[in-house]
Amino acid sequence: MVSKMNVFINGEPHCFAKGLSVSAMLKELRLIPEKVAIERNLQIVPRSLFSQTELQDGDHIEIVRFIGGG
Amino acid sequence: MQDKPLILAGREFSSRLIIGTGKYKDYQQNADALKASGAEIVTVALRRVNLSDPDEPMLVDFIDPETTVFLPNTAGCFTAEEAIRTLRLAREAGGWSLVKLEVLSDPKHLYPDMSETMRAAEMLINDGFDVMVYCSDDPVFAKKLEDAGCVAIMPLGAPIGSGLGIQNQVNIRLIVEQSSVPVIVDAGVGTASEAAVAMELGCDAIITNTAIAEAKDPVRMAKAMKHAVIAGREAYLAGRMARKLYADPSSPLGGLI
Repeated sequence: MVSKMNVFINGEPHCFAKGLSVSAMLKELRLIPEKVAIERNLQIVPRSLFSQTELQDGDHIEIVRFIGGG
Repeated sequence: MQDKPLILAGREFSSRLIIGTGKYKDYQQNADALKASGAEIVTVALRRVNLSDPDEPMLVDFIDPETTVFLPNTAGCFTAEEAIRTLRLAREAGGWSLVKLEVLSDPKHLYPDMSETMRAAEMLINDGFDVMVYCSDDPVFAKKLEDAGCVAIMPLGAPIGSGLGIQNQVNIRLIVEQSSVPVIVDAGVGTASEAAVAMELGCDAIITNTAIAEAKDPVRMAKAMKHAVIAGREAYLAGRMARKLYADPSSPLGGLI
């Protein structure tokens, strides 16, 4: 059985398989990596490191994108 | 007669109109207004993705960041730390360092908190950002922001979204006269003539969002703004006539029958 972990994405709890990468998380969330930026525990995760960055239990993730503004 | 280009952080722009991307009916209308405006730069905001709707329309699908410069803002930030966190994410999302800093105070008037703005500007410049700064129309703070290394000084003409026009023309002119970086009126323009007023005062460009987005026909207002900015700029370069207290006939008095 694959063990699970909880991470907070944009303030909401989500349950994923342990060892999930940022890239895999985006795939599960159906988000396109080129259109978002990610912060993990207040640190930017560069897009070039999405595939090699593994999430840890209890991580706080922010996923943002550009929207209309003044 | 050629005008010199608008230069921001070493990049040249031929349009002196920057438009916002908020408050439009949809992104398609926004893209149509952008085309009509001739603007080369748009302001954008950074927000959390909507995880419950990954297929929602994305701004970048309607306005291409490859051909239009995205100027990320810090709208909604009330401290220097919030502004810096937002812009670091924006830099990662877009890959560029030209940003619009705004650190606000009271939501009722959205005036910039100038001491926090000053602190944020210094921190961002140290972090390698090219900072275009939204500020009050106070020439003293405007000078301090320029001395700190901001690449454009962007005083308000009136409160954000108010459409009240340029309230303090004397201050805007003083800021224009003292500045060696571009001065851009950001906020307050309500209609085309007010954009022209800002440009006639010698501003290098204007930013407008609500005046276009909340016009009854936003695409047509975008076109009007384009012409107003060009007209105001040309009038500034031409140099207006002196104001006189009394009439001065345009037809010669000599040779009257």
